[in-house]
Amino acid sequence: MRANPTEYELVAPGTLQEALALHASEPGSWLPIAGGTDLMVLYAAGRLQSRKLISIAALRELRNIEVASAEVRVGAGCTYTDLRQHPVITKEFPLLARAAAWTGGIANQNRGTLGGNIANASPAGDSLPVLLAYDADLILVSASGERRIPYRTFHTGYKKTLLAPDELIHSICMPRNLSGYKCYARKVGARNAQAISKVFLAAMVRISNATIKDIRLAAGSVGPVPIRLAGTERALAGQPINDSLLELAGKVMAEEIQPIDDIRSTAGYRTVVLRNLLGEFLQSLPGARFAS
Amino acid sequence: MRFCAYCEGVKLTESEETIIGTSVPRKEGRDKVTGAARYVDDIRLPGMLYGATVRSKIARGKIKRISFSPEIDWNEYVIATAKDVPGKNCIALILDDQPCLVDGVINHPEEPVVLIAHPDKHALAKAVEGVVIESDPLPAIYSMEGSEKQSEIIWGTDNIFKSFLIEKGDVDRVWAEADFIVEGEYFTGAQEHLYIENNGMIAVFDSVAGVTVWGSLQCPFYVHKALMALCGLPEEKIRVVQLETGGAFGGKEEYPSMIAGHASILAMKSGRPVKIVYDRLEDMVATTKRHPSRTRHRTALRKDGKILGGEIDFTIDGGAYATLSSVVLSRGTIHAGGPYLWPSVRIRSKAVATNTPPHGAFRGFGAPQSLFAMERHMDRIAKIVGLSPVEIRRRNFLQPGQTTTTEQVIREPINLSDLLDKSLAHASYKAKKENFARENKTSSIKKGMGIAAFLHGAGFTGSGERYLDSVVGMEGTADGSVRILVSSTEFGQGTNTVLCQIAAEALGIPYESVTIAQADTTIVPNSGPTVASRTAMIVGNLVRSAAIGLKQTLQLDGTLKKTFKPAEFGAACRKYVAEKGLLRSLARYNSPEGVYWDDVTYKGEAYAAYAWAVYVAEVSVDLTTYAAKVENFVALQEIGKVLHPVLAEGQIIGGIAQAIGLALYEKVLWQNGRMLNGQMTNYIMPASCDLPPIRVVFEEIGNPHGAYGAKGIGELPMDGPAPAILNAIVDALGVPFDSIPLLPEDILEAITRRVQSRQQITSPQESPC
Repeated sequence: MRANPTEYELVAPGTLQEALALHASEPGSWLPIAGGTDLMVLYAAGRLQSRKLISIAALRELRNIEVASAEVRVGAGCTYTDLRQHPVITKEFPLLARAAAWTGGIANQNRGTLGGNIANASPAGDSLPVLLAYDADLILVSASGERRIPYRTFHTGYKKTLLAPDELIHSICMPRNLSGYKCYARKVGARNAQAISKVFLAAMVRISNATIKDIRLAAGSVGPVPIRLAGTERALAGQPINDSLLELAGKVMAEEIQPIDDIRSTAGYRTVVLRNLLGEFLQSLPGARFAS
Repeated sequence: MRFCAYCEGVKLTESEETIIGTSVPRKEGRDKVTGAARYVDDIRLPGMLYGATVRSKIARGKIKRISFSPEIDWNEYVIATAKDVPGKNCIALILDDQPCLVDGVINHPEEPVVLIAHPDKHALAKAVEGVVIESDPLPAIYSMEGSEKQSEIIWGTDNIFKSFLIEKGDVDRVWAEADFIVEGEYFTGAQEHLYIENNGMIAVFDSVAGVTVWGSLQCPFYVHKALMALCGLPEEKIRVVQLETGGAFGGKEEYPSMIAGHASILAMKSGRPVKIVYDRLEDMVATTKRHPSRTRHRTALRKDGKILGGEIDFTIDGGAYATLSSVVLSRGTIHAGGPYLWPSVRIRSKAVATNTPPHGAFRGFGAPQSLFAMERHMDRIAKIVGLSPVEIRRRNFLQPGQTTTTEQVIREPINLSDLLDKSLAHASYKAKKENFARENKTSSIKKGMGIAAFLHGAGFTGSGERYLDSVVGMEGTADGSVRILVSSTEFGQGTNTVLCQIAAEALGIPYESVTIAQADTTIVPNSGPTVASRTAMIVGNLVRSAAIGLKQTLQLDGTLKKTFKPAEFGAACRKYVAEKGLLRSLARYNSPEGVYWDDVTYKGEAYAAYAWAVYVAEVSVDLTTYAAKVENFVALQEIGKVLHPVLAEGQIIGGIAQAIGLALYEKVLWQNGRMLNGQMTNYIMPASCDLPPIRVVFEEIGNPHGAYGAKGIGELPMDGPAPAILNAIVDALGVPFDSIPLLPEDILEAITRRVQSRQQITSPQESPC
């Protein structure tokens, strides 16, 4: 433990309203902490810069999962365990349930929250590509009101987001009625559990007559932010699924990602494996015609 | 209440049946499971300070000035530097070259320079940052190749800590008559121990009693020796006590002397108890790791695959100071030829200096490094000669009556071919190999089978046990029970349990009637360090001797009949102690008759016993991610006599897990002599879901030199898995890999390289079409 606890201040408001009021009184000076699975690692290493922490871990208002007819709203304070256990999430949004199961270990999943994963804004966050593929919206809330934004606009640069200094993430909305889609997600980490991803691909596709009608591709750990592979999606839309399409997709994809060499892997590995994951997904689709 | 899983074993001890060979409950198991066991970080003494270490940060240089930040009130802190060392400023071990605190010259980036202590442990981290060490950097060396070039001399006159030469026969003559000459170069990386409990020590100083340290350690008398020199105090004024120790794997063999030294210096300066406990980051970056190695083989073979002779060049990276590198090198050198007959061989080896923290003892102690090379090389030989990996080994296995590379005659009736056959049968080797060859053609997951045959010498090398001159004590107590006195320590491997089993068996009394004293240098004799797979075999035999001595004392005295029931033994103890006082027996090591070893020529009986093994790995490589996964593992070994089946199997499985880490996961990333990834989030050890089903099979041919026929077992399972796994990957992919750790990125790179070189070769031929 390299931090000195006496140098830190932690408040735990009883209601969301109180938390937002405190946040509004000194915008940007209070760091929200939910499960703490990211922040406590920094703290233990003596690298947690923010000295004022506002705990939102016990706020019941943030921990609902509301199932409406058109969408499911997941409270930002829902834990990975909550997601893994919710019947509608596991049935209709299986990629999110799987990503939750791939995050850390059981103890992390019991404490870590979906909102925390988004706010922490790591390009390697396991649930983030999945939320991109599900076309999620975020509801951001402050003392002065709330706003709804498409999640794909949220990350603006490495660890930079649209969250205003007085805002909290309130909930994550995912449109329902995805019955026509085939979906895929694979995390490639340095080991089979308790690993940070080296590459992550989440994908959804609707096919008719062996042709791609709609495809959504989202990747993690291949750039400063988790991204929708919009160029690749455009290149694939309307096409029959075969070898030449795969080659084309690989080329376009390599153009729109910005992988780096770091402590966990290499840019070259990330590029090739992301292409392989896409290939694995496309090859699994009905009507796919591949040479090998 | 007893733990039900082992009830059967316990009942056996109450009848006349044997205790050896049954899985009795661990002596300290209940305390560990219930949380009653006390580790160093659980202990808090009145008035205790917490200590921390300010380190050098640069790889090599001369200290100009040490300054202290004005933002910190240093009056609250106790501060110690090299000038506060009361005795000799070194960690006494083999050579006394490593300072306890840097005095002027820095030789690696994690060297202790300043110690600080404070009553509040949270006040330490900032203060460590507040000490500024200004220095003039000197050119540093970060690789074995750099060290060999000697562009900078960073240690001694030639950067070489130690070198060995083993020569058998006339290897220079074999090249002319060889049908094949096979060359290969093999590398292994550093590896972190990752014991669960980090290193830690508490020191107390009293002007009359001297220095006492309690801590997490393997070798109480190593720490005792180091503290005598460092504190400038006589033997009787240093007391070292081992606390419950949460794993070690060799990682608490030599470095605890350093931490004990630091805590002692601060305790002597402050007059208060001082505790130093490393956090995971400090433990990973600053303490020892497995020596990286490079092995070059050049082997002459006959058409039929028989080895005529060869040259082996084995080099290890010792880091900045000599520490234990010479002994690690020795074991690696002796094991370099594997379990094969070399009619002639020349093995040259050396340990070289680099400006990294010293590498140190780690389970296997040099043997996993040189055996990795030997077993990968055997597969390379097989391919070139045109034999299967099975057949090339079978044709070259050592047989009884033949001699090892040090010309030690194999006297035991070992049949390696038979071990190989059994191991292959357990692994369904033949059928799987055939299936994989067929399935691999169409699957994106390529599978392969790999084998490794190897041996591991138990106990200290050569004359080491004679020099150690170990002593074991045993006491009969006033309550009728028996207490074992040894400096051999428990750190998870089962020392307490196995030694108590041996004593109970030798005395014919229940396992429950035997206890083991805490390893406290004021109470126990020096039974040697807890290393080198020597405890069950060598110390165990001394425990047996001491037990027989105790029994004979009672029988000669007339207190105990020639044949007796367990209860009568207890009664005799009570009577003897009540009437005559201390009932104690001591046993001292006697080297076996006719054992010859020459430290200069490195010829003779290198080890009193070898354990033998053939391991088979089944591996898959997913060409989507290039990740290799061990799917199945068979570990068959001959280890003399299995004293405790549950502990023995646990040792094997644990060793294999650790070796899978060495082979496929654990990579130390170095930058200017520092470890960059000193966290478990980015230094990747395999977790349970990365491990295969492991089938452990024991063969028992006994051992006349070990307790009840036992041989050493602790290190053996570290030796074989890495080459077996790499051989399986080569089998799966048809691409040679000669370096560990082998990560998915490396596999991708090798496959890409091969595809590119094939394209270069084939494209001109294809162009006409």
